Amino acid sequence: MSYKVLIVDDSKLARMSVTKLLRALQPDWSPIEAANAEEAVAALVGGRPDVVLVDFNMPGKDGLTLAAEIHATHPNVPVAVISANIQTEIVSRARAVGATFLSKPLTEQALGDFLSSAKAQLSSA
Amino acid sequence: MEQHRSQILNDLERDALSELVNLGVGKAAANLREMVKDEVLLSVPSVTVVSRAEASLLINEHETGRLVAIHQRFSGDLKGRALLIFPEANSLELVRAVTGGDVPLDDIVDLGQEALSETGNIILNGCLGTIGNMLRRTMQVSLPEIMRGNSSELLSLGGDQGYGEAVLFLFINFSLRERAVRGYIAMLMDLPALTSLRDLLRQYIHRMSDETDSIHVES
Repeated sequence: MSYKVLIVDDSKLARMSVTKLLRALQPDWSPIEAANAEEAVAALVGGRPDVVLVDFNMPGKDGLTLAAEIHATHPNVPVAVISANIQTEIVSRARAVGATFLSKPLTEQALGDFLSSAKAQLSSA
Repeated sequence: MEQHRSQILNDLERDALSELVNLGVGKAAANLREMVKDEVLLSVPSVTVVSRAEASLLINEHETGRLVAIHQRFSGDLKGRALLIFPEANSLELVRAVTGGDVPLDDIVDLGQEALSETGNIILNGCLGTIGNMLRRTMQVSLPEIMRGNSSELLSLGGDQGYGEAVLFLFINFSLRERAVRGYIAMLMDLPALTSLRDLLRQYIHRMSDETDSIHVES
């Protein structure tokens, strides 16, 4: 089964690097990119992604707020918040909004683990 | 000159540098958080190449009073100066946050210089170290030095007139959730240092992305 992954990050380089890791880990899955929360909301409607990866520190609406909204409107979509800010408050807020916390720089191992559990969650739904 | 300056780093290179600063400051904030036991709030970093005068104006947009800066030089594969800047009026509160609430005011004043140096050292080294690691380069970092003055005095740094006029100005502000402390991190690099940095950023971009993916999109 091939899934669509929405990658939300204001940094183009960060989106490129997540896409690169995604291709290595799950070559059949397809990336959708959004540069901010508004684009992400539009992509949720238009692109119907199965999994969402959100950067925390973005201009405008931050990734935790967006993750909370996605979790409320799309409870079956696995969401991960990716953040260079690794303070305990951020990690626990990510968990509180139902998201997985992944630290930046993102490693293949960490993303791989998240995608595997997302895959398991999606196939059992 | 304006055009020349803005061409030093293209959009993707500036983007890469912002990401590195984000990583560095994220690490530094986690260190600071442990010291002050309070969440450190961070802004989205902005990266611009400006003149020193413009950099000073950027600080003045946020701060009009006297400032304190902890200043460190870095040299080696990457060269420049990093400053942790905050309003002088905030400095005692920061020292108090770092030393804990039990220290009497007199002692805080005595401890002040030392606590500021140590705080600056931890934040700036956390930031520079992460950037160096990601670029796979090492640098030497000087001992912290404390300066006081307005923004243009802090940015001109006394005898350093030999530095080129264009500087890379990284601007990120941080504040403590529970205390009236806010500050900025600025990094200054001259033109030759910026050119070396650009080459390292290109290698970094190459490592982080697929070449087939390198379509140029304005962000």
